Amino acid sequence: MPSASVANSKLVPGPLPPGYTGYVSEEQHHDYGGDTVFGFWIYILSDCVLFATLFAVYAVLQSNYAGTINASELFELDYVLGETALLLASSFTFGLAVLAANRDHMAGLLTWLLTTFALGAGFLYMEIMEFIHFTHAGAAAWSSGAWSAFYALIGTHGLHVFAGMFWMMVLFGLLYKEGISEANRVRLMCLSLFWHFLDIIWICVFSFVYLMGVI
Amino acid sequence: MSSNHTIVTEPDPIFGRLTLDSIPFEDPIIMTTFTVVTIGALGLVGSILYFGKLKYLWDEWFTSVDHKKIGIMYIIVALIMLFRGFSDALLMRSQQAVAVASESGAGYLPPEHYDQIFTAHGVIMIFFVAMPLIVGLMNIIVPLQIGARDVAFPFLNSLSFWLFVSGALLMNISLFVGEFAATGWLAYPPLSGIEYSPWVGVDYWLWALQISGIGTLLTGVNFVVTILRMRAPGMTLMKMPVFTWTSFCANVLIVVAFPILTVSITLLTLDRYLGTHFFTGDMGGNQMMYVNLIWAWGHPEVYILILPAFGIFSEVTATFSRKRLFGYDSLVWATVCIMLMSFVVWLHHFFTMGAGANVNAFFGIATMIISIPTGVKIFNWLFTMYKGRVEYSASMWWTVSFFLTFTIGGMTGVMLAIPAADFVLHNSLFLVAHFHNVIIGGSLFGYFAGLTYWWPKATGFTLDERLGKWACGLWTVGFFMAFMPLYVLGFMGMTRRLNYYDNPVWNNWLLVAGAGAIIVLCAIGVQFYQMFASIRDQKNNRDWSGDPWDGRTLEWATSSPPPFYNFALLPNVRDRDHWADMKEQSLAYKIPEQYQRIHMPKNTWAGVVIGGASLAFGFAMVWWIWWMAILSSGAMLAAWIAYAFSDDKDYYVEVDEILAIEQKRYANLRRTNEKPLKDGEVDAVTISV
Repeated sequence: MPSASVANSKLVPGPLPPGYTGYVSEEQHHDYGGDTVFGFWIYILSDCVLFATLFAVYAVLQSNYAGTINASELFELDYVLGETALLLASSFTFGLAVLAANRDHMAGLLTWLLTTFALGAGFLYMEIMEFIHFTHAGAAAWSSGAWSAFYALIGTHGLHVFAGMFWMMVLFGLLYKEGISEANRVRLMCLSLFWHFLDIIWICVFSFVYLMGVI
Repeated sequence: MSSNHTIVTEPDPIFGRLTLDSIPFEDPIIMTTFTVVTIGALGLVGSILYFGKLKYLWDEWFTSVDHKKIGIMYIIVALIMLFRGFSDALLMRSQQAVAVASESGAGYLPPEHYDQIFTAHGVIMIFFVAMPLIVGLMNIIVPLQIGARDVAFPFLNSLSFWLFVSGALLMNISLFVGEFAATGWLAYPPLSGIEYSPWVGVDYWLWALQISGIGTLLTGVNFVVTILRMRAPGMTLMKMPVFTWTSFCANVLIVVAFPILTVSITLLTLDRYLGTHFFTGDMGGNQMMYVNLIWAWGHPEVYILILPAFGIFSEVTATFSRKRLFGYDSLVWATVCIMLMSFVVWLHHFFTMGAGANVNAFFGIATMIISIPTGVKIFNWLFTMYKGRVEYSASMWWTVSFFLTFTIGGMTGVMLAIPAADFVLHNSLFLVAHFHNVIIGGSLFGYFAGLTYWWPKATGFTLDERLGKWACGLWTVGFFMAFMPLYVLGFMGMTRRLNYYDNPVWNNWLLVAGAGAIIVLCAIGVQFYQMFASIRDQKNNRDWSGDPWDGRTLEWATSSPPPFYNFALLPNVRDRDHWADMKEQSLAYKIPEQYQRIHMPKNTWAGVVIGGASLAFGFAMVWWIWWMAILSSGAMLAAWIAYAFSDDKDYYVEVDEILAIEQKRYANLRRTNEKPLKDGEVDAVTISV
């Protein structure tokens, strides 16, 4: 943090303030939790670039069906609406979980976290069913460039959701071990960032892939 | 390297597609290398066990989360990999020196071997020599320069290192088991696709880079957070040392660019393993997209390699000119501009791919613009030297050599930035000469300058100055002899990656280049001898003060080597070049009245274990040993989770321990090398070899 007594000129520092030794005499407590959350934001930045690259790949390959079945013939927007509702709801329930944690309400935290997990599981189930259906209809990941790009983007998102759910299970274990400790609050905050980030990516996915795909 | 009978299409449930045929018993070069390496490795392991040092290595180094130790380990592995990367260079130069012929079969390296050698050369030098050298230096120095006690995430730091080691080991295993990619260091499809590279070579490339790439990405996150959140009180961003600024920009580049590499490698992996059509020639694949993706990563990558080197030159120039750095603000802004612009020039790597004149013009102009901030920096360094009391230490020799060498390389880069010129010069030896010119003259000389400059800080004794100057002289002469002929050959039409050629005029120039390579070999020999002799004579070269060069920045405010906690009291910064300021104000060596307990992280096995499991995972994925892939990925997850559940991650260093260490430091300040140690007198630290 900038010291209030620093001289304005950067070239000649000027006279020493009284009692200045060049060292800090009394160290302030360092916010390690804040470091972790900030670090997670930076990780999210890198994940953003990852998804941006996958979107770019999709943009380049989206018309490359090479004679195989088209997206517009297969996408069912009602189905995607259902998936979206599940994922968006899970973001909402995660928010409720964090509110419960802030109130030190373990029962509430566990309930809403479990609900989030269930909604996420529902989302993944619907997504896997969709993939199986598409594959049987001739739109597998190896069918054409366009479908490869589709599965890469949506599949990577789904894998991230799965990782988040796995993380939730580990967090359940850590909550059982330490209760709503300082460390667990930080973990919950990071998972929260992760989960909401995946929600935002999904919004881009269904807009850019599904909605534009049926036009 | 594979004959048809070695390519197994139906993997065995236990061994995957690995068979005894996968080992190239019939190749004398590889088998000799394998014998020598095995004897060396057994000798090393044997002596470690014989001297009972295994526990010491495990407790003090392998499980360490101390940024200084991790940095030293990065550099050691980098120097070992330099051996292999440079051997590849010697093989290439000697092959080209003799292979004048009109058809294949000339020289001693058949094309399938030669292609793997130049691929391995590029991959090793970029990923396993240059990157770890600079990551190692950043690890050792950045926390010290900002007045911090460690990086933000010490466990992730350890993990990053072991993931890097895993990638390096996978690369080395490929030499003896199977083959390596024969595609060039960036493995363009369709050559790198499953149809044209059906065996394991490209898979080794994919997994070695994917695994070590994750390590690098974690390093990027680590240092961005460290620099933004762990600076000492009073150190605003514009008071940071320039090396920290350039490291910061390089790490931002890592965070933003490496995910692109991750995606590119993953898509190629999916093509090869699952038959997807990202980069195939049919069914909607787009091979030009791969080139775009890989260079969207690749261009920021070269700036990741050069920016910290610029930072090193800034520090060295200021210190050895005994002057404040000239134009600090413009140096910082130049670095930031380079960082941002590095994302809008990537197409200059493939002007000839057919984007058209308008697109080429944009990227050509952008490429020329990006050279300008670098020019600003060169002038800043020169103006720092002007009217300074310049001391030409070995680090300064590297710096002066850089001024000459890198400037030439930069100028040829601007030539290549002209699309019309690039149509003649693309993928010729002119290009090869250019990038070696800037990477060697810029990055490598920078790392050598940094290594020399910061060696005493890390080890407690200085490197031999005379040998260092000899090394610099030999490297410079050798470099010019090895690469100036390549500029000429590029103009004469010789392309890169040629196994043989039928133009005898080229041969003359290639012989000169080969001689240059031999001189560089001598230079490297001098460097290794310098390290050996300096370690042997360390008692006479001890850095007692912790500040052998009369430095200006905070890393010199500690003993050499620093105590594990770096600073007993955190600095309270009021100026750039805070340490120089403290010395001027006579505050530098005052003994503090009181110490406080210090919070430090504990060593952990988790990084080593996850790294080791990742090696098993990579090997299993290359050879389709699915049970091993599943088990090793399970082990990685289990280790990670076990570490999360651990309560034993940190501790407090008590005041009496700090007092003892600091008292020793103040006692050492009074010593000099004129009085060598008497028998029985205990030294503060000695590196045993």
